[in-house]
Parts: sequence; C-alpha cells; structure tokens
Amino acid sequence: MNSELNRMTIAEARDGLARRDFSALELTRACLDQIKLVDPKINAFITVCAREALEQAAAADRQIAAGDASALSGIPLAIKDIYATRGVRTTCASKMLENFVPPFDATVIGKLRAAGAVFIGKANMDEFAMGSSTENSAFGATRNPHNMERVPGGSSGGSAAAVAADECLGALGTDTGGSIRLPAAFCGVAGIKPTYSRVSRYGVIAYASSLDQVGPFAKTVRDAAILLGALAGHDPHDSTCSARPVPDYEAALNGDLRGMRIGVPKEYFVAGIDPEVERAVRDALATYERLGARTVEISLPHTEFATAAYYIVATAEASANLSRYDGIRYGLRVTADNTGELYNRTRAAGFGAEVKRRIMLGTFVLSAGYYDAYYLKGQKVRTLIRRDFERAFEQCDVIATPVAPTTAFKIGEKMADPLQMYLSDIFTISVNLAGLPGLSLPCGFDREGLPIGLQLIGAPFAEETILRAGDAFERAGVVKRRAAIL
Amino acid sequence: MSADAYEAIIGLEVHTHLMTRSKLFCGCSASFGAGPNENVCPVCMGMPGVLPVLNRHAVELAIRAGLATHCEIAPRSVFDRKSYFYPDLPKGYQISQYELPLCKGGYIELPAHSDGAEPRRIRLTRIHMEEDAGKNIHESDASLVDFNRSGVPLVEIVSEPDLRSAGEAGAYLRELRSILRYIEATDGKMEEGGLRCDVNVSVRKKGAAEFGVKTEIKNLNSFRFVEKAIEHEVSRQIELLEAGGRVAQETHLWDPVREQTRPMRSKEFANDYRYFPEPDLPPLSVTPDLIEAIKTAMPELPADQRARFVRELGLTAYEAGVLTQDREVAAYFETMLAAGLKNHRTAANWVMTEVLRVVNDTGQPLADAAPLAIESGELLKLVETGAISLNAAKTAFAAMCKSGQGAETTVTALGLAQVSDEGAIVAACDRVIAAEAAKVAEYRAGRDKLFGFFVGLVMKAMGGKANPKVVNEILKRRLAA
Ligand SMILES: [Zn+2]
Repeated sequence: MNSELNRMTIAEARDGLARRDFSALELTRACLDQIKLVDPKINAFITVCAREALEQAAAADRQIAAGDASALSGIPLAIKDIYATRGVRTTCASKMLENFVPPFDATVIGKLRAAGAVFIGKANMDEFAMGSSTENSAFGATRNPHNMERVPGGSSGGSAAAVAADECLGALGTDTGGSIRLPAAFCGVAGIKPTYSRVSRYGVIAYASSLDQVGPFAKTVRDAAILLGALAGHDPHDSTCSARPVPDYEAALNGDLRGMRIGVPKEYFVAGIDPEVERAVRDALATYERLGARTVEISLPHTEFATAAYYIVATAEASANLSRYDGIRYGLRVTADNTGELYNRTRAAGFGAEVKRRIMLGTFVLSAGYYDAYYLKGQKVRTLIRRDFERAFEQCDVIATPVAPTTAFKIGEKMADPLQMYLSDIFTISVNLAGLPGLSLPCGFDREGLPIGLQLIGAPFAEETILRAGDAFERAGVVKRRAAIL
Repeated sequence: MSADAYEAIIGLEVHTHLMTRSKLFCGCSASFGAGPNENVCPVCMGMPGVLPVLNRHAVELAIRAGLATHCEIAPRSVFDRKSYFYPDLPKGYQISQYELPLCKGGYIELPAHSDGAEPRRIRLTRIHMEEDAGKNIHESDASLVDFNRSGVPLVEIVSEPDLRSAGEAGAYLRELRSILRYIEATDGKMEEGGLRCDVNVSVRKKGAAEFGVKTEIKNLNSFRFVEKAIEHEVSRQIELLEAGGRVAQETHLWDPVREQTRPMRSKEFANDYRYFPEPDLPPLSVTPDLIEAIKTAMPELPADQRARFVRELGLTAYEAGVLTQDREVAAYFETMLAAGLKNHRTAANWVMTEVLRVVNDTGQPLADAAPLAIESGELLKLVETGAISLNAAKTAFAAMCKSGQGAETTVTALGLAQVSDEGAIVAACDRVIAAEAAKVAEYRAGRDKLFGFFVGLVMKAMGGKANPKVVNEILKRRLAA
C-alpha cells in the first residue's frame, strides 16, 4: 500500500490523512522511496530534503492527531530551486549559487509551512529560470518521465517531472514566459500561472520582475486549485502584490459550464503547429461544446510581436536582476587582483551560456542610444497585447489555445539553436506580457504517447473561471491520466 | 585678458540623508554609529529574491523638502534602476528616480549677503529620492564593505546653473541646509555623509550667451571644499582658455588632502547607467490630500522667518539672514525676546556676536556652548533697565557660559550691578566738584572737553558701577549750577 500513496492526488491524500488511513510520515516516505527509485533516471531534484521532510511530516501527524490540521498538513511538495528556503541551499540551478543557503524563507514558503506542507526537495530548473527545456541547469538536465529521451519542458521542468513521476503530490514552479504551463503540458500534469500580483514574489529569485509569477503543479486541476488557495494573497513585503481577497478556488469547481463562452484565437492555429497538437485541442473544444460551453472565434492581432517584446523586456529586467551576483557578498567568488577582474572571472565562471546570452541581450537593449528602439518599443507592444486581450474578453470568458506548438522535443535537439528554443513559448508568452492567469492541463497524447497540453487563459483575477473550465474538462473523463513510463 | 573678464556658471547636485528611523526599502535602522554590518537584512544586502517596500515617512520628508523649496510635487513619480558595479552597491543597481522625479522646478532664495544687497533666486531643476550605498573600507591586507548605510534614504537636490561664484555656491548650500534643518528633513551633518555635493562648473566671457564646456567635480563633503574646489576649477579653466586651450568635458575628483581637483580615469566613472523603471515598485502616487496635510504641518521656513524679523522686529535683512542660517540660532534669538526685550536689534547683535562667538570658539552645539536663551534675554533685560552696563553684560555672559548659572545670580555674584540711585550719584558728583574747584572753573569758563574728565572721576569714585547715563545727566546739571 505504501508504494501507492505517492500516486495519490492532494485531495485524496487530504481525505486519507483526515481519516487516518495512513500517516503523513508514511506518505512522505512513499515519496522519498519513489525519488530513490526514479530520480537517478529523471533528475528532477537538485536537493532532496529527506531529513527535513520527515521532520515536517512528523509535525503534520501531530497536528492531525491534535485535530488542528491545516489545509496542506502532511502533503509532500517539490519546490522549484528558485524559492529561498531558510537553511536549505537554494541554487537557482546555477554554479553561482551552488552553496548558497538563504537566511530567510520566501513568503509562499512561509505560507506553505504554516499550511502544514512537507517540502520533499528542491526541484531542478533552467538556470535562473532561463530556458524552455530544463537543459540549462548546472546540475544536469531533467528528463521527461513519459520518455527519457525527451525534455520535460522548462524552466520549471524538475517540478513538473517530479509530479508526473509521482515523486511528490504537487509542486511549486514559476512562470515568466510559460515556465509552468509548458512543462505541465510536456509532462502531462496541471499547472497554473495566476494573474500577475495574485501571489507574492518575495523570496523568489528574480528573472524578469514584471513577468515572474508563482504557481503550482498538480496531478489534477482540483489539486492546483487547492494549492493556489494556499499561495495567493497580499504580502506587505511585495509592493506589486494585490490586496484583493482570495476566493475559495476549490469551491468554484462546480462543473457548470453552461453559457460559458470560449474564445479561440485564430492567430494560434497557424503553420508550424503539430497537427496532432491541433487535433487534440480541437477535440477539447468539441468536448467543451458538449459540456454546454460555446466557442467563438476571436482575434489577438499583435500575437506575432509577443516573442520579440518578451525577449526585450525580460532580458532587460534580467540584466539588472542578475547584477547582484558579483562575488562580493555571497555565492561563487573567483578571486583576482582587482575588483573589476573579480567581477569578470566570477560571472564568467558562475553563469551558464544561456544566462550570459540574456544578460548581454538585456544590457544591449537598455544601452544609451538603443533604449527607445528596443526597451521602450517592447513596452509599447506589451500595451498593445494587453489591449488585444481586453477586447477579446469582451466577447468571451475563457480563451483556449494549445500550450505549445509541439509535444516534448528531444534532449539536445534545440540547444544549438536558441531561436528555435524560444519558439516553444510562442503561445504562452503573451499571457505573461498581459499579466493574465493561464492554466495548462492535459488534453490528449500524441502517437508516441507524449502528453499534449491545453491552455485556458482568463481575464485578470479570473482564476476561478479557468479552474472551473479545466476541472470540468478533467471530470468529463475524455483524457485519462496516464502514468509515466519509468 | 584678465580673470575679471570671465564669469563662472555653477550648478550643484546635493545629496542629503533624510532623517527617518528605518531605511528606504527595508525595516533596518537608518541610524549611524552601529558596528559594521549590524543594521542589515536580506533586502539591503541584495540577497536573491528580495523586494523593496517604500518607506512612507521618507516620501513625506522628500515632499516636505519639495514644498519648502517651492517645487511642484508630481502626483505620479517613478523609481528607476541605475545600474553600475561597485562593491558597496549590493544589487548592482541603485533604486533612484530618473525621468519622473517626485519634485520638479522650485527655487531657493539666497538671503542678502550684506545690507542693501539684492536677494538672489536660484532655480532648482528637481528633487528626487534614492537609496544610499554602503561604504568600502580599505585595510592593508583586505578590502571590506560595511552595508549599514546601504538603503538609507537620500534626496538629490539639483540646481539650475544659476550660481556665479564660489561664495554664492556656499551661500546656496548654507541656505539649503538651513531649510532642510528647519523642516526636520535632515540633520545636515557633513561628517556622516549627511550632505554630499557634486558640482558642475564652466566659465564664459562676461556677456556671452553660450555656456562654456563644463566639468563635474565629485566627492565634495564639506561647504569649504565646495568653495575651494570651485575656486580652483574656475581659475584652472580660465588659465586654460587664456593660454589658448580648451576645456574638456570630464569628471574631476576632489582631493581633500591636496586641496585640488584631478581628472578621474575614464574607468572610474561609468557613463551608461542603463536606467529603466523599477519593476518591483509601482509608480508613486501622491494625493492632493497628502500634500495639503504636509503643507499644514510645515514649520516656518527660513525665508518667511527672515521676512518676519525684518517686518515685525525691525532687523536689517542682513541681521535676519545671519540669524536664520540655523534654526537653533533663530529660536535662541526669539526666546531671548520673550524676556520682554524692547531693543530687538541689540538682541540680534548680541546673538550674532556674543552667542555665535562662543559657539565658534568652543566648536560645540549652541545648546551646550551658550547659556539658556531665556537667561541671555534676562541679561540683556538688565542692560535695557540700566541695572548693568553692556560691558558688564559681556563679562556676566562669559561667566554664565562656564557656570550655567542664571543672569541675576551671576550679576550679583560678580557685583556687576550698576548704581542708578540718584542720591548716591549726586553725592559723588558733588564731592568731585568740590575737590576739583579749579577744573570746574575752567569748565564753566567754556572748556567743554573737561566733562569727560569729571565723568571719569565720578565713575572711579563709584567703583565703576554707576550708570553712565545717569552720571552724565546729574553731572551736567550740577556743573551748570
Ligand atoms: Zn535592511
């Protein structure tokens, strides 16, 4: 029985724990056993926190026994290694922070602790969240649990793979241009990027501050709703964090889609999209019509400029955000005779190729003489994209698109061609530029058994709507959850 | 052509700490004197993942500074990142304000530097908020960084190039410091980096319409250095032009030891700061209500106080200007008047000479160096009523500075009270007149000059304590008889 506990959903485990069918300690051990078994193959974790996790599980058991269980008491979660965790090293998958142990917790880590969650380990990712495949990690690539030759997507690939491989019940990721939704799609799990400002970013190592957003991975949309409820809410340490009250996301999952208008943007079904992906998404739309929703064609005319705008805005912010890694106060230091040389050597040795590429790009677009042509124009495009969505949401309640043009690609396939890699995110990037919530959930499998993801985009703070739509689709039972082949 | 044919064009950028309890973006103490890296946290150390949260009190103080210098307060201003690498800059960028500062426009009116001179209005370009950096400490075997100062709130006050001499720049700085201290935005202490100054200097032929090429002098942390550096730079530029050379647009560093400027190596200043709006802070909104509330709570400003001193107390513009250079000095003066003094100008001059002298001589703050203002007032009141002479008051004042005792007690203890009792003085006069019959005869025959001789004798007879005014009157009356 123990070996099956880790396959449970959060909702199932929560009920099982409440009924004392098993203990939090047993549940955590089952996850740790699975990690021991499969992680050498998929490399989803940079750091496994067995001792801390067992302590947390024991504490959760005491809580449950005392009758004051919290929302996530005893639930084992994987934490993307981008979250500052007090006393546990936080690497951001970079050599730069290989031995960095933060003296503080990210706000959401504190919230999850208070909710009784168990942190099973720190998940692999693309270095500083820059990438779409989790190949840009100083700690080796993560593999897709559905196919060892394939990438899990990125940048939160370790978190998605850990959930898909039942190494945990849920996970935390971050999404700057699709870093939750893409790996969720590639690994066949649910993942939501909430509205920008819905969840605190304090203690989340910054890549692109105006785009970064915290979000969960889970085996079901319901579980994602449960986790989001624990994460969302105001934080006095994050000035960009919304003070809006947090609704009960789980309660919104009533399965009722009658009258819901689902917008289908024509710009998202164009040449280059894998026919199997397109078919699976079209099938999902047909299912929605059966469930009582109505589909309407919409237009998001500035979609084609999103990738360019994203790589300007994101890299500009990143170039400043990553300036703090200078070898002076913490992290890697390569010594030299003078400070300038110390910076050069430290940053040359500490950052990987993709990070350096983006720092240079960002530095360039902010340089005197180029600022207006690039950064400012990028911001203008961003405004146009936001307006596209505002207009679209006058005609529909949810926008449905594929998450990515293809299913998981082969490891190494796009590493030599950054531009090809960047195109993996063409369907997810606009959502970050517009600050909207986006849900990724499985809607089928291709011939090779690789998962296909459906993206549901909502208006600002309409997480309840997209979660309800996602949950209803899941409950329709058209797509069966398929265990990873390990 | 001589140096007189040129005029200097000077603009100042002043950085000053705002007097807040905590830092600009975190809860750490902004006070000085703690051990190295004691007032730090993940935010002001630039740890990965941290975010800034704006200190509202700092914003209010900056708005106060803007209102006190007649600036327009922007309803919406924006923080920007200014990027450069330096060990004392933890994030690799400073959070500052660039395109949309909190305060724009405005001016500072310089008090008349002498009676009869015209007041000068120096325009301000802007005032913006930013965070301070830490401090590098170089030791023989290591370089260390203290981040206590990292994140302490600063305002940068930028003037238009309206200043025309080193002396005027000094007057501007003194007036600015005075304003900032009046409104309790800053304590204006230079030694802790409380006020730092960058100077832009160019010269042009008098009457020329175009400005010359300017140089920037950085690292000036005392008013004296600012004046010296400007004098040095102005004459350097004039000599250069006179010799047929051209001024290069460059940045100079003030060397306080050698008291001269030297050009910085190009590596010492990065000129592309790659400013862009700080995505971690929403634009700063200031409501009209907040501005109104700050205006209402604003104390009297030096310029207003100066005007009042002239208008209501009859001081000259110069006297009013000297007194209002320092809020404590002005307050001292006003407290003295509360003793019921009628002669305001005597009190003003008393402060400008006796009180400021003791402050300068001891190098101590006014409150420590001088007696209580009310006691100084009482002392002058004794002069006004004729109980003591002005000279006796000075003697008493010197004693009071040391003893801390009151005016009356001191005057009594030192036996300084002068005799105004007519009876005693009449008796002394009569004795002198009787003893000096020959001289009296000469006087009465028309030798007026002898009057002083009689006064001297009477004063001597009275042990120097007779009221000279009363002596004069009585003696005149008796000699005429
Ligand atoms: Zn701090």
